[in-house]
Amino acid sequence: MTLVDLAATPLRELNAALHALPQDTNDTRWTIRNPRGQHAVAVGIDAPIAVEIEGHVGYYCAGMNQQASVTIHGNAGVGLAENMMSGEVHVTGDASQSAGATAHGGTLVIGGNASARCGISLKGADIIVKGSVGHMSAFMAQAGNLVVLGDAGEALGDSLYEACLYVRGKVASLGADCVEKEMTEEHKAKLATLLAKGGVNGGVDVGDFRRYGSARELYHFKIDNVGAY
Amino acid sequence: MCGIAGLFLKDEQHSQALGRMLSEMLTVLSDRGPDSAGFAVYGQPQAAKVKLTLRARDEAYDFADLGGRLAAHLGSEVEVRTRATHAILTLAEDDAAAAEVWLRANAPEVNLFASGRAMELYKEVGLPASVSARFDLPTMAGSHAVGHTRMATESAVTTAGAHPFSTGPDQCLVHNGSLSNHCAIRRNLQKEGVGVETENDSEVAAAYLTWQMGRGMNLGEALEASLRDLDGFYTFVVGTEQGFGVLRDPIACKPAVLAETEAYVAFGSEYRALAGLPGIESARVWEPEPATVYFWERG
Repeated sequence: MTLVDLAATPLRELNAALHALPQDTNDTRWTIRNPRGQHAVAVGIDAPIAVEIEGHVGYYCAGMNQQASVTIHGNAGVGLAENMMSGEVHVTGDASQSAGATAHGGTLVIGGNASARCGISLKGADIIVKGSVGHMSAFMAQAGNLVVLGDAGEALGDSLYEACLYVRGKVASLGADCVEKEMTEEHKAKLATLLAKGGVNGGVDVGDFRRYGSARELYHFKIDNVGAY
Repeated sequence: MCGIAGLFLKDEQHSQALGRMLSEMLTVLSDRGPDSAGFAVYGQPQAAKVKLTLRARDEAYDFADLGGRLAAHLGSEVEVRTRATHAILTLAEDDAAAAEVWLRANAPEVNLFASGRAMELYKEVGLPASVSARFDLPTMAGSHAVGHTRMATESAVTTAGAHPFSTGPDQCLVHNGSLSNHCAIRRNLQKEGVGVETENDSEVAAAYLTWQMGRGMNLGEALEASLRDLDGFYTFVVGTEQGFGVLRDPIACKPAVLAETEAYVAFGSEYRALAGLPGIESARVWEPEPATVYFWERG
């Protein structure tokens, strides 16, 4: 196990060491102490390693992650796991705005609440939020899944493309072109898989969730609307 | 972009360290606002006394002489304490209004930044760490404090444009964001007889809250009302003699983190501003909800 104390080691040094890891590295377990809300902790990793961060982090933690499993024991600032490509990012506490923004792949698990714009422009990753999400979540989300065990704020899924949204609690309002869709057996099975990915094993009934998706009225150009341009 | 730091102490445990704690928070927030910094510190009020915070252009200004002339005019005692470009004039509460009128007429070369029983307000252009050191913030004690590091957007980089803004006794406001209807609100306030001294949008927000509290609202109600009337991006932290409040606009673009322990409530634009506070490891840390008023008041 490699221990890095950010009270003593500059952040750039940590990130440079993580970036230098070869694919077959033996340094597969990292623990990071005293992040003290610094930005860009453990960004841009591309190696099959496990990183434990002990404490609250600032903006963009684990951004652009590939392959790695990053766990934050605390809260995360804006843009957690933004543009993640693969791997897993898990924050035990809350995540601030734009968690999982533009993430293409991998799994983001948020143990507490996520604030506004969670999964904005999501491009394929799976996001599982055990608490609630703020307004404008999944705005323009193109692919992937957003699962919310709590409530969703206003304008959920505004201008949504093909991402799938599952919410167990109340939805304050749906955004433009986002509609509720039927929860079929196929979707229940898919949701069960997503919940298992998020470490939600038992105690949660997939039948309690509602599914939301795109009405597909907004993103195709319609010749009837040509006069509007 | 700007940085905000605020501390509201629940008991006296950290009151001697208040200035040091705020100074460290502001220094961390330098990269959110490197052009100016300021802070309001609420200390122990003296019976029947009021404090006026004045600011001169340079440190050589003879505040003692000004205080002497003011005392002669009022026919009562005026105590003068100088900190760099600022001076705190302590005088009888009953003389406060007359003193303000006299100062505006006879000392146009100084700014009257604030008045209040408990509050002193300091702000200058410069890096937060140097502004803090210049005024010796780490030595200041008190019950609560609000600070700001500025990256100017809506008006010029000047001391008068730095935060906090104070538009009423013991009231101050700091702002991260920009208001889009401040001209209209400023005109309305002027019609109501509420003066706004600078072109700054944030001062309009401060004056708006002062106006609402003057009409009988408490701090929480005034903040609630501002959700209806103020348009734009904002995270506000405000202080009154007994209270401390936080409000974010409904869109909530501007960041905010609150932390609460048995001993204090702390606000930071980002968590890293709070990371050095005592007991932060076990504090409840959360992001304040958009369009939701948070305020604490002493009973």
